[in-house]
Amino acid sequence: MTRGASEWSPEAYFLNNVALGVCVVIGILVFGAMFIAMFRFRKSRGAVAEKWSHNTMLEIVWTTIPVIILIVLAYLATGGLRTFADTTGSEMTVKVTGYQWKWRYDYVDYKGKAIEKVGFMSKLDRESDETRQLNSGLDPNAVQVDGYNTYLINVDKPLVVPVGVKIRFVITAGDVIHSWWVPALGWKMDAIPGIVNAAWTNITEPGVYRGQCAELCGQDHGFMPIVVKAVPKEEFEKWLADQQAQANPPAPAAPAAASTTAAPATAQATDAPVSQGHQG
Amino acid sequence: MAHDATHDHHDDHHGAPSNFFVRWCMSTNHKDIGTLYLVFSLLMFFIGGSFAMVIRAELFKPGLQLVQPYFFNEMTTMHALVMIFGAVMPAFVGLGNWMIPLMIGAPDMALPRMNNLSFWILPFAFALLLSTLFLPGGGPAGGWTMYPPLSLQGDSVAYLVFAVHLMGISSIMGAINIIATILNMRAPGMDLLKMPVFVWSWLITAFLLIAVMPVLAGAVTMLLTDKYFGTSFFNAAGGGDPVLFQHIFWFFGHPEVYIMILPAFGLVSEIIPTFARKPIFGYKAMVFAIASIAFLSFIVWAHHMFAVGLPLGGEIFFMYATMLIAVPTGVKVFNWVSTMWGGSMTFETPMLFAIAFVILFTIGGFSGLMLALAPADFQYHDSYFVVAHFHYVLVTGAIFAIIAGTYYWLPKWTGHMYSEFWGKMHFWNSVVWVNVLFFPQHFLGLAGMPRRIPDYNVAFANFNMISSIGGFLFGASQLIFVGVIIHAVWFSKKKALDRVWEGAKGLEWTVPSPAPFHTFELPPVIHDEELAHGHVED
Repeated sequence: MTRGASEWSPEAYFLNNVALGVCVVIGILVFGAMFIAMFRFRKSRGAVAEKWSHNTMLEIVWTTIPVIILIVLAYLATGGLRTFADTTGSEMTVKVTGYQWKWRYDYVDYKGKAIEKVGFMSKLDRESDETRQLNSGLDPNAVQVDGYNTYLINVDKPLVVPVGVKIRFVITAGDVIHSWWVPALGWKMDAIPGIVNAAWTNITEPGVYRGQCAELCGQDHGFMPIVVKAVPKEEFEKWLADQQAQANPPAPAAPAAASTTAAPATAQATDAPVSQGHQG
Repeated sequence: MAHDATHDHHDDHHGAPSNFFVRWCMSTNHKDIGTLYLVFSLLMFFIGGSFAMVIRAELFKPGLQLVQPYFFNEMTTMHALVMIFGAVMPAFVGLGNWMIPLMIGAPDMALPRMNNLSFWILPFAFALLLSTLFLPGGGPAGGWTMYPPLSLQGDSVAYLVFAVHLMGISSIMGAINIIATILNMRAPGMDLLKMPVFVWSWLITAFLLIAVMPVLAGAVTMLLTDKYFGTSFFNAAGGGDPVLFQHIFWFFGHPEVYIMILPAFGLVSEIIPTFARKPIFGYKAMVFAIASIAFLSFIVWAHHMFAVGLPLGGEIFFMYATMLIAVPTGVKVFNWVSTMWGGSMTFETPMLFAIAFVILFTIGGFSGLMLALAPADFQYHDSYFVVAHFHYVLVTGAIFAIIAGTYYWLPKWTGHMYSEFWGKMHFWNSVVWVNVLFFPQHFLGLAGMPRRIPDYNVAFANFNMISSIGGFLFGASQLIFVGVIIHAVWFSKKKALDRVWEGAKGLEWTVPSPAPFHTFELPPVIHDEELAHGHVED
């Protein structure tokens, strides 16, 4: 499991390592005893069966010890749950909406100020989409960005967020249930129509973090990746200002951002041809 | 009249009816119905297995080579439905049908005609379910969990729902029959606490079935009315709640998981003492552990839903309750190991599968404990880690136990010994390839590969290819199993003794091999020293 790149993600990573360690130790003891038994108490080695069939002391011991181990694990896990559930003190809100088969991101507020009309669809990049067609003849290994293979984990327009800011995500869906999962953030959260779930992250390192939809949502469930681009605060603020300027042009354009299904106004600048068209 | 014909046979104490149709389609004999269940289950095992082969073939390397994504989803959905409801559950009912009357000294099941009905519903249920693959619109593709709204987008909802209803009716009738048999038909002297652990495990499982199959029926009926009659139980736009379905489904689904594993515990608890030649360690603790697990299974359902946005209190409750299950399960594993300790062991095929069960099921239990930790589950959930987990508990757990039980009692059923060499070939191939198949899936999940996807990034390519190779060879290994069974039934020359295994205890070994068509027409006189648990002190 990845350690992740957010304030909370080491919780899941740490718990995974502790639990794995506990399991490995118990496994060595139990399987070790089994293998010793299998070699020592073979009929072919002349072993004669003993008659005993219980030992109260032993049974009490091996009921109690697991209980103690579980209490320790439960204590650790409860701490992680409590910090995860606490979305207070966040400085920014992003609304994530799952659709068949793309994500929509709407920037709701940043540092106490509401953001108008900054929102866009984010879906599988064209190169992956062409390669993944049945018998496309294209090589998945050839789908690369900066020498890093991005087959099925790249999008036309990533979610851009600042590092070092506690971001609250409000997550929902427009059609069926999806699940928003970026392993580097340490969690996934289901996107459910009619329900708004909340989760938070505070990314510590700038970078590009990739994930995928984690709840079966139909034929193209495997083809709706998530890309989060974490940038320094100043860069983010500049990006946000650009987006706002584009979204609120002086021209008498149609009210684009209001409808979730309409082509997102903000996507025009760079990736407009890609964001149209392809549906798997 | 048909009934008169079978009645006559009962009266004159002869063997099975010679007419094929009368014998198999109108049977009221627990052994024949048990055989029907087992044969049906084997057939479904291969049908479900062929779906798994399609899945592993498509996942052999990145890129889509064989099937469209929608068909891939049909395969994952049907693989699960067929394996759970068609292979594992009927196999346990078949083993229960065959062996419970023999183990408690009963002449037959308590309700023989209902027994016939509960089997013969199944072929119709699966004909209905499998036929959807050939219909316009295709089969169900929303996952075996049938989460709305996705599952309601399919065109086969009605077929799926009615098939599930039929399976549920069959299971409930089978469960009622088993409870009635165990509670009413035991031979005098077969006290409840002298019963074999397998019988105990089935008694508890049957109560689980009766408790939860109606819940599933209710849930799928609500799907049906949402789809066709305009209700909005799960439709947010109409005031419903998609998460409600998940709560109802998993209130069925988690006990269902134990329905598929408790009889396996019972089987292994029969086999290990036999080949260790030593009574099972902590008989009462074993029975009590099964009962505790069954009870706990009702209060852990939402651990399948840690990522749906449960309130903090809910996450904590379901996490703690789930972790508690590790205690009775641990007791069982420790007791199996203690049963082996100090024994005089031989390693025939049933024992090999039972030992593999203990080790590999425990590995599945370990990953289960990890999954129970909700903060870590935020990562594991719906990833290949989960796929690895439940295949360890269901394939190397439930199915290995079923195979072990089949080898254990096959000589009693057929009167002939199976080929030990080919049995061991089957074992070693299965145990090696099943690990090549499922162990790398842990790594895939931890590396971030979601489940139920037909294609993946090249970073996941190596482990997927290893897993697929393991899958093909594990699948091929099961053909050996069929060969061994066919050989034992029709070709084996080696006669089986009545007490097939040296260390075997219990009433089933006091009847001839093959078990005659009718047994225990007069209740047997129970000698406690003949029973596996005749003298229970602990």
